[in-house]
Amino acid sequence: MAGAAQSEAWLDVSEDASSLMLRPQGDWIVRHADAVDKALQAIDPYGRRAATFDLSHIRKLDTTGAWLIHRTSTALQRGGAVVTVAGASSPQATLLHAVAKADQPMHATRPYGNPFVNVVVRMGAALEEAGHTLRDLVAFLGLILETLGKTLVNPRRMRATSTVYHMEQAGLNAVPIVSLISFLIGAVLAFQGSEQLKRFGGEIFTVNLVAVSFLREIGILMTAIMVAGRSGSAFTAQIGSMKLREEIDAMRTLGLDPMEVLVLPRVIALIVMVPILGFIGAMMGLLGGGLVVWMELGMSPQMYLVRLNEAVDVWDAGVAFIKAPVFGLLIAMIGCFEGMKVEGSAESVGQRTTASVVEGIFIVIVVDALFSIMFVKLGI
Amino acid sequence: MGHDAIISIRGLRNQFGPQVIHDRLDLDIYSGEVLGIVGGSGTGKSVLLRTILGLNKSAAGRIEIFGKARSEMTPEDAHAAERRWGVLFQDGALFSSLTVAQNIQVALKEHLHLPQRLMDEIAAIKIGLVGLPPEAGPKFPSELSGGMRKRAGLARALALDPEIVFLDEPTAGLDPIGASAFDELIKNLQATLGLTVFMVTHDLDSLYAICDRIAVLAEKKVLVTGTIDEMMTQEHPWIREYFHGPRGRAAMAAKSVPMRS
Repeated sequence: MAGAAQSEAWLDVSEDASSLMLRPQGDWIVRHADAVDKALQAIDPYGRRAATFDLSHIRKLDTTGAWLIHRTSTALQRGGAVVTVAGASSPQATLLHAVAKADQPMHATRPYGNPFVNVVVRMGAALEEAGHTLRDLVAFLGLILETLGKTLVNPRRMRATSTVYHMEQAGLNAVPIVSLISFLIGAVLAFQGSEQLKRFGGEIFTVNLVAVSFLREIGILMTAIMVAGRSGSAFTAQIGSMKLREEIDAMRTLGLDPMEVLVLPRVIALIVMVPILGFIGAMMGLLGGGLVVWMELGMSPQMYLVRLNEAVDVWDAGVAFIKAPVFGLLIAMIGCFEGMKVEGSAESVGQRTTASVVEGIFIVIVVDALFSIMFVKLGI
Repeated sequence: MGHDAIISIRGLRNQFGPQVIHDRLDLDIYSGEVLGIVGGSGTGKSVLLRTILGLNKSAAGRIEIFGKARSEMTPEDAHAAERRWGVLFQDGALFSSLTVAQNIQVALKEHLHLPQRLMDEIAAIKIGLVGLPPEAGPKFPSELSGGMRKRAGLARALALDPEIVFLDEPTAGLDPIGASAFDELIKNLQATLGLTVFMVTHDLDSLYAICDRIAVLAEKKVLVTGTIDEMMTQEHPWIREYFHGPRGRAAMAAKSVPMRS
């Protein structure tokens, strides 16, 4: 059974009644391991009394080749044969010896176990994790409020530079994107709304639709979602990579409070900037809606403003201004909280950043729903 | 030790903006030797390593790897060269989303077509060769200690049985016992596998214990190369300071009294 001659490594096998002669030929290196492995696997290790590996014709031998020889000889020995390795040069013998010493059974990955059990286990773990996250978030909120209180008592402790920097990053730099998206959504809402309202001649109420929904809900909600995606994730990544490089620990040993240095400036920045962004968003939405109303229904801008004045009262805008700082606080809190939870590897930063955006948007929508119920009950 | 250079560098120049790191740097790496690169901080030891590996583009000069100039290499040549070397980065640079065994198999999967069973066996052997327990195989890098990560990184560097391995500060960050054990490991593997080793190091003990030849980087080039004994007779102030300073003397004393097993 001679191996294929075109490959650069092959095995000559000859056998008589009871003994097996194996002559590796060519380069027994990892590049040719596949062919050699197949040839060796074809040998039945059982029922032989003696086997010999004759290495005198081998040109090159590396650890993989040595492993294959070692594996085959152990299998033959287990099958009851006496195995001799002959003709090995001294470096080859050293290599074979080293590989024999390194032989150890190993798993490349962890065993997976029963898939059904795993699903249940994972569900339980996720539930427990969610519970812990909720508890820790409440604790984190408490810490933020405590730090905020301390800073209010002693305003010199506030990091003004850092706060202003984050106002610029999370607020000012977000103006173009928030404006554009709100403008487009305002236009789309007016367009679709007028199409529907036309059916019973109520297209004039398109103005009410756009004005009330934008001032009360959509303007601030879109802004909050955008800020969560844009700045909440940035906060997590920034704080997370600082955590990885032990900068947070270094801060603590220098007597700096990370809550005060890192978290509070970001929280204050968003509490201040989200209402402003929300206001800009609402205005841009009204602008987009007005443009569509003008083009589609031929309502002049003056008329639009008059209708707008009749459609909304001050509480429609007031509601948004009550919600906005809360959204800002929640987004900054989750962004920083997830950043603080980063540990181990760079992969963790990615996971936490994703979690931060998802949780941020989730909590904003949940709280928005709670606010809606509250305002309805209060009648405003 | 053969006397054919498997890597030879002539007139290498590296600069970042106005800052010149290397200028007219010459260096040969011979087959089968352990070459230690020493030099003060900022002399561009790591830049030299990265330049040889092609991670950093040099401003001028010629680098020949396995007899081919890097500038004339086609992508296929470069790919072939990558199969013939292994690199251990400072903290292992293991892929954090893969287990140790999977890290070792990355190069095997990329360059060869082997059955998974055989790749698992190869990974197990490499893990054994670098002295890690088999339990390390299915672990993720973040679950390992610094010393174990270095060993795992070395196992990954050895995945394709390279002719030359590049080690970037292999003993940095290890405790003295771990560092000597790692020196011992490199020495053993070098003898067993017939490796050529290019090692950037600050560790004087390593230089004494395993290096056949030392190249000193200073004044933007390789100032001298030679054995450790030749280094001791150099008159250059930095080299004198380095090898005759308190740490140098301590390492020499440790070498002359054979405390290392």
